Amino acid sequence: MAISVDPPEISREQCRKQGYTFTFLSDISSDALRLYDLVHEKAGPGGTDISRPAEFLIDSQGTVRWANLTDSIAVRARPEQVLRVVDDLNLGGPS
Amino acid sequence: MKRRWNAALWVGFLVVLAAPVTYLTVFVRFPVTRDFPWATLLIFCAGLALVAFGLRRAFREPQIYRGKISGSVVMTAGVALFGLFLVSLLYTMRQLPPSNGAPKVGQKAPDFTLPDTDGNPVTLSRLFGAGAGGGEGARAALLIFYRGYW
Repeated sequence: MAISVDPPEISREQCRKQGYTFTFLSDISSDALRLYDLVHEKAGPGGTDISRPAEFLIDSQGTVRWANLTDSIAVRARPEQVLRVVDDLNLGGPS
Repeated sequence: MKRRWNAALWVGFLVVLAAPVTYLTVFVRFPVTRDFPWATLLIFCAGLALVAFGLRRAFREPQIYRGKISGSVVMTAGVALFGLFLVSLLYTMRQLPPSNGAPKVGQKAPDFTLPDTDGNPVTLSRLFGAGAGGGEGARAALLIFYRGYW
């Protein structure tokens, strides 16, 4: 699931353009961002708060199994890297 | 004798200009050329080398090549552009808050409910329960927090 401060309409447009089929959630008031301590103050358009980039893998017990907090906005977790973690932690679907 | 146009200076400058332009339009889209922008750094170096070559011959053979003044200006602009790119790469893009309170591995992920693109509320903890998504529930969830497209 992807989470940002974008309103649903912006995310819907982005999904349509890019062909994304996974869930996009809108955290307009930054509630989840505060819970995860990811608020990047005044980094958005017009000095608004946005999310700092981060990825978390949660198991079905609700426990964090892997987290990636980048130190550069240009560097994010790569899909193959995440898939490897899913495999290593045996969190994938039945094969 | 009319002095020759110093092509290396201007071709080099175009190459230097192409470095940030191609980074923003092409290379930023691929992790291999974005995480560490080696392609862009190579283009910068090639462009600056050409400019340096042009500038060198403008000073060494001023009777043949033009560009002592324009070459110096172009060289300064090229180096400044390269410097700006390095500053944004090594400093500006790394100005992220520390995020010490983020949940760590082994801790419970804070639960939340947020609307999806259709406005339907989605609750993290309810993705896993039996019956979630019409099946036996998800085995895991990947949360990707991103800056947004505004």
